[in-house]
Amino acid sequence: MRFKIIPIIITLVFFTIFTIFFKGLKNSNIYTPNIDLEKKIPSLVFKSFDTDVEIISENIFNKNKFYLMNIWASWCIPCREEHEFLMKLKASGKIDLIGFNYKDNNDNAKKFIDELGNPYDKIFTDRDGTSSINWGAYGVPESFLIYKNKIIKRYIGPINSKNLTEIENIIK
Amino acid sequence: MRLLQIFLIIIFIFNLNLLKANEIQTENKIAKNLRCLICQGQSVYDSDSEFALSLKLVISNKIDEGMTEEQIYDFLKSKYGEWILYDPVLSRNTYFLWLLPILIFFAGGVIIVRKFYIKKQS
Repeated sequence: MRFKIIPIIITLVFFTIFTIFFKGLKNSNIYTPNIDLEKKIPSLVFKSFDTDVEIISENIFNKNKFYLMNIWASWCIPCREEHEFLMKLKASGKIDLIGFNYKDNNDNAKKFIDELGNPYDKIFTDRDGTSSINWGAYGVPESFLIYKNKIIKRYIGPINSKNLTEIENIIK
Repeated sequence: MRLLQIFLIIIFIFNLNLLKANEIQTENKIAKNLRCLICQGQSVYDSDSEFALSLKLVISNKIDEGMTEEQIYDFLKSKYGEWILYDPVLSRNTYFLWLLPILIFFAGGVIIVRKFYIKKQS
């Protein structure tokens, strides 16, 4: 009896380990954070893009409407891809787009906007990337759907047509 | 005499580095304990991604503001979740993780005791 139990236990242990690793193999290994819904936006000082005016974040997103805060940079290739979707979103007229220029050079950023169009109502700038860290962002491109100073949705990576319809459904 | 004065001033200036060195040490220690979230398998310290570079800057700013190591960890945890820390905190989700090695250790002890001591007695 004793000799039969041991091989059974060994095979069982082997199979459990095998299934765990086999399942783990199929998991995405890109970390996606908990998308915290209804989270209040962090209180930060934002620097305006053209002028050196500083505004507290709560005073930017406080109106009774939807905002999309989009972190972008002229050196970021995926930002070019998502730009047409931002333009479409702006064309719908139901949402304010707030651009957040990340670790960029002013001239290059202006060229980018001149070339592809400006979907943003306001642009703020983050020269050294510290404001983005304090905001809790990962990098470029990244977008936050905000309503009454609360983050409703977060998109890490470029916005695609699927995200666009989702946003359009929310802001309808 | 004049030479001695110059010599002492030079030594004093070189020693000023030590003051900053302490700060850099804690900064590096914190950066080594943080996972770079957008690069795989690297700490913030090792990484040269934009995210990691900014994060290092934030850490040094926080140290300048007088925040302790723990406070900086808490701050980053509130922003990015527990995943950013390499050392998992003891919580409901991680009991198993923390206690398993201890359990295995004791199980090993039991096996050794049974194999060697109890056999000898019988």
